[in-house]
Amino acid sequence: MTSATAAYRPHRPATAAAPPRQQRSEAVAAFKISGSVGLAIFPIGIAFGMLVVHSGLAWWWATVFSSVIFAGSFEFLLIGFAVAAAPLAQIALTAFLVNSRHVFYALSFPLDQVEGKTGKIYSTFALTDEAYAFTASQTARSWPSRRILWLQASIHAYWVSGATTGAALGTVISAHLTGLGFAMTALFTVLAIDAFRARRDIPTPILAVACALIARFTFPGQMLLAAFALFTTSLLARYAYRRKARTHA
Amino acid sequence: MPDTPYLVAAVAVSAAVTWGLRALPFTTLAPLRTSAAVSYLADRMPLGVMVILVAYTLRNMPLVHPAQALPDILALGATAGLHLWRRNAVLSILGGTALHVALATSLPTH
Repeated sequence: MTSATAAYRPHRPATAAAPPRQQRSEAVAAFKISGSVGLAIFPIGIAFGMLVVHSGLAWWWATVFSSVIFAGSFEFLLIGFAVAAAPLAQIALTAFLVNSRHVFYALSFPLDQVEGKTGKIYSTFALTDEAYAFTASQTARSWPSRRILWLQASIHAYWVSGATTGAALGTVISAHLTGLGFAMTALFTVLAIDAFRARRDIPTPILAVACALIARFTFPGQMLLAAFALFTTSLLARYAYRRKARTHA
Repeated sequence: MPDTPYLVAAVAVSAAVTWGLRALPFTTLAPLRTSAAVSYLADRMPLGVMVILVAYTLRNMPLVHPAQALPDILALGATAGLHLWRRNAVLSILGGTALHVALATSLPTH
């Protein structure tokens, strides 16, 4: 860690010194913020847990996957790999490609606000799409370390409890729930609208849709990675063009 | 069925790669936070990333058979409409998902 750890001062344990009531209020505030996302994550967790059991794995692997890996979309893929006993190199490469979008989250995630080495380790481990969506906004700039960590822990708890519940349900009922996966689409739609409200910028979503469509039809196997790479490149091009236009004006 | 040591290794590899991708960029990207280009990117990425994730979750939508894509299209419209109207994330997510489940089970799409 470079400037991220520069903010960490071991001789000033600010978090440990906070009074218990304040600590509890940060946890309550975090759960209030993440509650809406929990309602989307929990049913997807149930679908995931049921899929784990239906593919023949022991129910508790749903709990292990969701708590130790904590990368929703990749965990769905891992079920198929595990059942087919795919080579570990293939699992590593797919995890890298599917989760490589997280590389971009380091640009605006407020890790400098998280205190303590353990806090920073957990915060980077639990840096999911949902955690990023909540913390990359301007309002999160004033959040204390505890609120960010509780927010991430609450999202983690929704996912693990949803997956475990789904696995438990899967052992008793054999019917498949169709359409539950749409909760993920609905969640990202809501987060996109909220992001647009925070910053009303028309060209950005148009550019994102164009990049997603190009990636979908040009690199169908690696749509997500290709779309993110295209989008970042075109944003940088747009930035360079606007800078050039401004200096020539 | 795969044996337990293999599954433990698979989980360990997945967790290590995922955490590495989430943590290591901070050591290399943190100094770039002061750059104007990076703050331009960081300003616009959240919206774009969410739009791309919406498209990604709908990637298997059968565009050539509009009738089969109907549950996705209608539920997406309902989710966005509800959220623009009521600004209540829980209502938008549950409403959209409930409509999707209802349409996917009632429409003769298969």
